[in-house]
Amino acid sequence: MGTLKVYLKRVLFLKEIGGLAMLTATILVFYLISAPFLSIENIRNILEIAPELGILVTGVTLLMISGEFDLSVGSVFALCPIINIMLINCGWNVYLSAIFALLASCGIGALNAIVTLKLRIPSFVATLGAMMVWRGIVLLITNGWPFPFVERAAPFEKILVGKVGIIRFSLIWYGLIVLVFWIILERSRFGNWMFSVGGNPKAARALGVNPNMVKAVNFVITSFLAGLSGLIQAYRLEAFLPSAGVGLELDAIAASVIGGASLAGGVGTVIGSVTGTFLIRSIDNGLVLAGAPGYWFRVFVGIVLVVALALNKTIEAKVHKMR
Amino acid sequence: MDEVPLVELTNIHKSFGRVCALEGVDVSVNHNEVVGLVGDNGAGKSTLIKILSGVYQPDQGEIRWEGKKVKFSSPKDAIRIGIETIHQEAALVDKMSIMRNIFIGREPVVKIGPVGWLDIKKMAKESMKALEGVALYLRSLEAPVEELSGGQRQGVAIARAMYFKTKLLILDEPTNNLSVKESKRILEFVTDLKSQGVSSIFITHNLYHVYPIADKIVVLSHGRKIGEFKKEETSVDKLTELITLK
Repeated sequence: MGTLKVYLKRVLFLKEIGGLAMLTATILVFYLISAPFLSIENIRNILEIAPELGILVTGVTLLMISGEFDLSVGSVFALCPIINIMLINCGWNVYLSAIFALLASCGIGALNAIVTLKLRIPSFVATLGAMMVWRGIVLLITNGWPFPFVERAAPFEKILVGKVGIIRFSLIWYGLIVLVFWIILERSRFGNWMFSVGGNPKAARALGVNPNMVKAVNFVITSFLAGLSGLIQAYRLEAFLPSAGVGLELDAIAASVIGGASLAGGVGTVIGSVTGTFLIRSIDNGLVLAGAPGYWFRVFVGIVLVVALALNKTIEAKVHKMR
Repeated sequence: MDEVPLVELTNIHKSFGRVCALEGVDVSVNHNEVVGLVGDNGAGKSTLIKILSGVYQPDQGEIRWEGKKVKFSSPKDAIRIGIETIHQEAALVDKMSIMRNIFIGREPVVKIGPVGWLDIKKMAKESMKALEGVALYLRSLEAPVEELSGGQRQGVAIARAMYFKTKLLILDEPTNNLSVKESKRILEFVTDLKSQGVSSIFITHNLYHVYPIADKIVVLSHGRKIGEFKKEETSVDKLTELITLK
């Protein structure tokens, strides 16, 4: 009994527990509604699309932990691949143009950081503006038309989303990104600074941590990861869509929060962001299999978001009593 | 007593826009001394300690540390020299574990390859040691600070300062919002610090807290120093009168 309690405690202490419980429940429900949900075929489907949201969510989570938002990720998600394909069409080297597009994404992140931290405009508003500006620019430079894939980019496509066994390369990239950022967050000095800056910027500053530096780095990382996610989707679809990533910023915030991140900053985990991502992707996919109209997606994500949060709060209160 | 003071602030001026927060204040702290800094709201206490802890730079005046002129361009500079400040609301990060709180900004790392990883084992061991140093025994180092009582939090902040061999500890209203018992504990901490050779500046509204433990009391009012007394020269009643008169 005693050891059981210790184990129970250890499990309940995990910040990801609410999201994890919801994920398990969701998978179970969809499996009961329609058994093919857990077929190899369908699992492959989910694994194929999850990284496109997940990589972006990793960044959004990190930024949220350090106390800021980025609503422009959906627009960067569209802009980065568009820059990439336009430069390729201009005759640029495929890889060089991809690197340039990712650097441009980093630049947008840096701009978000400057507007938020130097001009002291709350990031929610600053990046809402950025979201509109960059989406508008995407539409302006494409006239709203998608760009088709070009054969010349096939080798790069293989690296980004080529098939290996039942999965695509994008899943491996996602795994690596999760690993790297887990280490940075949990096992590096910078990770400790992120938690302190998001949790109590005054304390962090008094202890010699520079909040603006930490936040700026995270703005850049977030934008970079948004651009990379965008590239991965564009190459998987073999189409560069000006409308890609519309509404993605809110899915990303939902995934982060379901995974245990706090809108107030200072709290969150990388593993939690993975749970949130898979939860959202499972809902999306499960509803289709269940034959529900696509509109149900938003309804379910909304419900799951609120329930996961409520679950986290309840567990937190329980844990508090157990200590 | 011709010794060089640990820290000496001379003719410190600081204004924010048209508001003059400090107008030529001189304060010094000797080795092994507890200085009480008192005054009403808006007297300039906060501004003065923010200058001493590197958060603000003075418009005019100089800071001497063990006789040498110093300039702090950020809190990091002050910490490096040995000045640690425990701010009222900004000492600890609520959501972070006790262990992680103790090492914010000064995390120990182990080099594996070109990168330094957090030395979690060392953090656990050393934070235990730090807390024992101030006789603070907590159940779990992994627990977030928000689960501690007000007194325990101050204890953690003081343990941190002690662990990093601070020479001057600045306590900003450390007994605010604390129970009588916990306040007493904090006062004991400060007395202990002195016996270990650490000087401190104790900022408070509460003369009954600071008087018993202070060696010297400095009174500020409207950005000026209106009194500086050795403990023997004054009493709580005299100080109260001085503060409320102005």
